[in-house]
Order: sequence, then C-alpha cells, then structure tokens
Amino acid sequence: MTPDPIRVLVAKVGLDGHDRGAKVVARCLRDAGMDVVYTGLHRTPEEVVAAAIQEDVDVLGVSLLSGAHLTLIPKIVELMREAGAGDMLLIVGGVIPDEDVPALRALGAADVLLQDSPPETIVHRVRELVAARQPR
Amino acid sequence: MFDPEAIERIEADVRAWEARELREFLARQPERRSAYRTGSGLPVARVYTPADVAGTRFDDIGLPGRYPYTRGPYPTMYRGRLWTMRQIAGYGTGSDTNQRFRYLIGQGQTGLSVDFDLPTLMGYDSDDPRALGEVGREGVAVDTLDDVEALFDDIDLERISVSMTINPTAWILLAMYVALAEARGYDLDRLSGTCQTDILKEYVAQKEWMFPIRPSLRLVRDMIVFCARRMARYNPINISGYHISEAGATSVQEVAFTMANAIAYVEEVRRAGVAVDDFMPRLAFYFVAQQDFFEEVAKFRAARRVWAKLARERFGAARPESMRLRFHCQTAAMTLTKAQPLNNIVRTALQALSAVLGGAQSLHTNGLDEAYAIPSELAMKVALRTQQIIADETRVTDVVDPLGGSYYVESLTNRIEAEVFAILGKVDALGGTVKAIEDGWFQREIADSAYAHARRKASGEQPVVGVNTFVEPAGADAPEIHRVAPETEARQVARVREARARRDGATVAALLDRLAREAADPGVNLMPVTIELVKARATLGEIAARLRRVWGTYVETPVF
Repeated sequence: MTPDPIRVLVAKVGLDGHDRGAKVVARCLRDAGMDVVYTGLHRTPEEVVAAAIQEDVDVLGVSLLSGAHLTLIPKIVELMREAGAGDMLLIVGGVIPDEDVPALRALGAADVLLQDSPPETIVHRVRELVAARQPR
Repeated sequence: MFDPEAIERIEADVRAWEARELREFLARQPERRSAYRTGSGLPVARVYTPADVAGTRFDDIGLPGRYPYTRGPYPTMYRGRLWTMRQIAGYGTGSDTNQRFRYLIGQGQTGLSVDFDLPTLMGYDSDDPRALGEVGREGVAVDTLDDVEALFDDIDLERISVSMTINPTAWILLAMYVALAEARGYDLDRLSGTCQTDILKEYVAQKEWMFPIRPSLRLVRDMIVFCARRMARYNPINISGYHISEAGATSVQEVAFTMANAIAYVEEVRRAGVAVDDFMPRLAFYFVAQQDFFEEVAKFRAARRVWAKLARERFGAARPESMRLRFHCQTAAMTLTKAQPLNNIVRTALQALSAVLGGAQSLHTNGLDEAYAIPSELAMKVALRTQQIIADETRVTDVVDPLGGSYYVESLTNRIEAEVFAILGKVDALGGTVKAIEDGWFQREIADSAYAHARRKASGEQPVVGVNTFVEPAGADAPEIHRVAPETEARQVARVREARARRDGATVAALLDRLAREAADPGVNLMPVTIELVKARATLGEIAARLRRVWGTYVETPVF
C-alpha cells in the first residue's frame, strides 16, 4: 500500500518579496511526490497558520529573507500552539544569520534550512522529520 | 562586412582545420564537455571567425554615440567621464543612512543610491502593525518629509545625483524630493538623479506592490509627465532587468522582459498625449552583470541596439537622445555565496568588469557579505575599491567598446538581439505586456528558469566554488556583519508620531480628500497634490492607504 503523500504548505510571511527560493523548494517537494500548497507573498502569521490548519499539512515551511525572522517566527509558533497544531512540523528557510539558528530551534522549529541547501537535502530532511514524528 | 570571396576562403580554412588539426587533437584529448552553452543556454561554438558575422552590416555595430548605439551611448565613453560609482545604502533612520552616505562620499563614491525599508517600499508607516520587525532593517525608514530632510542633511543635491530604489510608493518619494529641493531653493531643472518607479517588473519579479496594475501604471505615467515638464535632468524611471534576473530569468529573458515593460510605459505616456521625444530621452535602464562574462558584455551591447531600433522603428522617435540607452548596473547578488565569503570579492570584480566592458553609465558592486545581511561599512569600501581599481589601474577604460569586433562577441550580440525580438513578438501576440502579466506568463517563464538553474546547481552542471565544488568545512571565515540597532524601530515610531502631532491635521485631511477625488479621475496628474500633501507632513502610509481605498490592492495568483 502506498502511504499518503506528505502534505506541505510553503509560506511567505511579512513584507519580504523574495520568492525565488520558496517557489523552487515548492516545486522540488512536489516533484518528490509531496502535496504542496504555496501561499503566495506577503501573508500575515495569522493567514499562514490558518492556511496550514485548513490544508491539514504535515509540514509548514516558512521562507524569510528580510531579516524579520526573530519577530515573525515566534508569532507563528505562538499561533500554531494556540490552534493546537502541536504535531505540525515547522521548517524555516532563507537568509538567516548562523547565530540566530539556535534561537529558532529553541522556539520549536524542527529545522532551519539556509540558502544553498541543495533540493535533495531539503526533500530528504522533510521525509526524515515527518518519519521521525509520532504517528498522527 | 567581409567580401563573399574572403568568407568562402575562411570557411574552407575552417573545414580543413576541422579535418586535420582539430580532429587529431580531439582524438588525443576530448573536450571537457560534449556541448557548451552560455548562461542563457545559447549554443557556443569552439571558435569564431569572420564567417560567424558575415551577415552583419558594419552599420549595426557602428560607432559609439551614434545609432544604433551598440558600442555605447556617447562618442568618448570613459575617456571623457568614468561611470558613476553608486553604492546603494540605507538602514535605520534618515540620519543613520546620512552617516553612511557621507562615509561613502568620503571614500570617493560619485553618486548616491538609497535603499528603503520594506514598509516604506510597500506603503506602510513605521507604526503600522504590518511594519513590525521590518523598520529600518533592509533599508532606511521614511514616513514623512522630515525623514527625507534628515537623509540628505548637508548633502548638496545640485552637485551629486541621487538614485532612489523605490517602486510602489515612488511618486510619494519623488514628491518628497521635490518638496525638499524647493525648501532648499534648488532649481528643479538642475537636479539629476533617478527614481526606480518600474512597477511592472514588481508584479513579475521583485514582488513589492500595492495597487492593481492599471492604476499603478497611471502613477508611473504621472511621474514621467511631471518630470518631462519640470525636471529636465531627472530620470523618472529606471526600467529594470536586475530583479527579473535575480528572480531567475536568463540574461536573454532579462533584456526581453525589460524591453516589454519599457514598451508598455512608452505606450502609456504616449496615450496621455505627450510626444515620445519629449520623454523618451529621460527613460533610464538598469541591468544585472551576471556570471557569463562574454554573454553579459554582448547583452549590454544588444540591449542598446534593441532599444535604438524600438525607439526609431516602433515609436517613431526622432531625437538621438530618445534612442540611446543609458543604464545603471549592479553585480549579481544571487551569485554570491555564504560559504567562503571572500570569494565574493572576486566574483563581483569579474562581473563589474563585464559591466564596464559593456559600457555601463553607473555601477553598484555588491558587498562580500551579501549572503549574510545588508553590507557592512568595510564590505562597501572593498566593493567601491573594486570599481576604482578597474577604473584607474586596468586601462580597460582607455578604448571605447574594446570587445567590439570580436567575432564571438559580435555573433553573440546578434543572437541575443534576435532572441529578444522573438520574445517581444511573443508578448505582442499574447496581447501585450500588461495582459501577459495578468495571465502570469512572465511569472511562469521566470519560475521555470529559476527551477532549471536550481537543478543545474544541484547536479553540479553549474559549478559554484565553495558550494558544490571546492567545498570546505563551514564557518571559518564568516565576516563581521551589519546588525540593526535594536532601538531603531522605537526611535522611528516616535518620530512619525511626533510629526503627526505637530502638523495641521485639518489641512492634511482636506488634501487627502482631494487626492481621493483626483485619483478617481484617470486624466488628472497626481504629482501636484502629492507634493502638497508631503509638504503638509502627510505620512507615506496615509497617502498610500487613502489610494488603496480608491483603487483596491493587487492580489497575486501564486504560481510555482
């Protein structure tokens, strides 16, 4: 029996307009057989979390290149918690200084995948993290 | 350019060489790849001869400062005047960025370029909830005219040209610039500078927008018309390929899509009844300098030729100034890596050299820390020194278009020109630029190219030193990066609130009502009322919000 495909929401949050990476990642995950939804640009944390719950995704991937990650990611984590989306995996990507990565992990990001992460690595990490998660 | 007999002789020589020297050599040592292509995917031959440019008329190459401007917009190019060394800068408040400007001027920079933060670009005041975390981060925060005054404090705007990288809210910043100039008693006709203003490429590439496409295009028209009448030396728009490239397009697509946007602007302004020769001379362009060295040089040459032909043949321009393309150039941020960041200095230097050999009028070289954050002072100094070394030490500036006549470069210039016209034909067939944007055509083309590039990088077909080849353990040489001062947001929020408290609120309210009325009538130019608004200390966010109520907002259909 084929397992259900992994469901992913790729999201852009805040005013950041850099969507090249997010779109490439979305397409790589789709090509790897996952169900992928892309939010489009300039979403608020509220909109992103509502969409992730609505789409019942396994993974919420948030891309940020504006430097506002330490403002916006805590907000997303808080909203996920309030919505009871505790088993949804949050993966953060984009341009993020190395020294901010531990803070994002401590907040609850399952992983932080920075620029130049090869597509195969991203696909592999998503599969690995979903497999390691408690079954729903 | 060559007589047919000579070409026949050369072709016979090539065949003989292929049969003998080449064949023997390949038998001993095969080439490293089975096929070679440019960065845009155009086929590249082993060697080029006059036979490859046999069909080219010398008139198409021509002379610098003469139609079709393949070799440059001016007869003497850098022998007369070097390009403007224009490093972009912007962070924190107006006075923070003013400090960086003075530093760069002190280091020998010859033009200014302002980067604005995301709330300013997108039309939100610093105290808007959507601005949280973004104020002064990726650029300078501007809410009112007071911020622009602080930004240019003690800088003589009649002596240095200023480029403002701003699009959806460009007309408000232009209004602030005019208001500042009038307050200081400058002659508007003596101000030189550029506002980016290119909203169409926002919908397809850079993705900063507020309003739907058509009212946005009307604002661009209002700026071009205003400048044509009031600011003789100011470029009201910088039609930009840079972001199209950074979003994933190939160099051929970069030029083609930029030209498609340019065509839409010319048509829009012409519809308002302004003669093309009254505004086309002030249209400026902005391209990237990518990695494929010769393709980039050929790209700049081809872009000039395409524009000259469009101006004359498509738009019936008569003035030479309408036909000669002038461009600002920036090296390619996307090529810079987080791994082994010092290598970025070398990448940037090579890209900058292609811009100079391609005849750029103005250049920004990226900082070595581009993949980390906005540039530190040291990173900007090294980037500026890179330009100064090219300008003063290499002597590449002594001859105009020194690669002109290279069989390869001329052949590639021809090929790019042909590809660009083919794409423009396709855009026309799709119903024109605006229709193609509305249908997501450019967006899909760019996403496809970006994806193909990512696959080439992943497979190693596109080598990236330090990333997929010559990889080292991470982190050893991380640069010291620029950090946003934590109290910036609070300082700026206090500033805008004070400005609102100090002004005459009734005047602002009445002017905002007038703005809304005039916006509803597409025939009215919105520059005059906006200038009055900013003088009355209306905020950028208030002006934008009022027009959102009239025109609505742009809603993207995401494609990937």
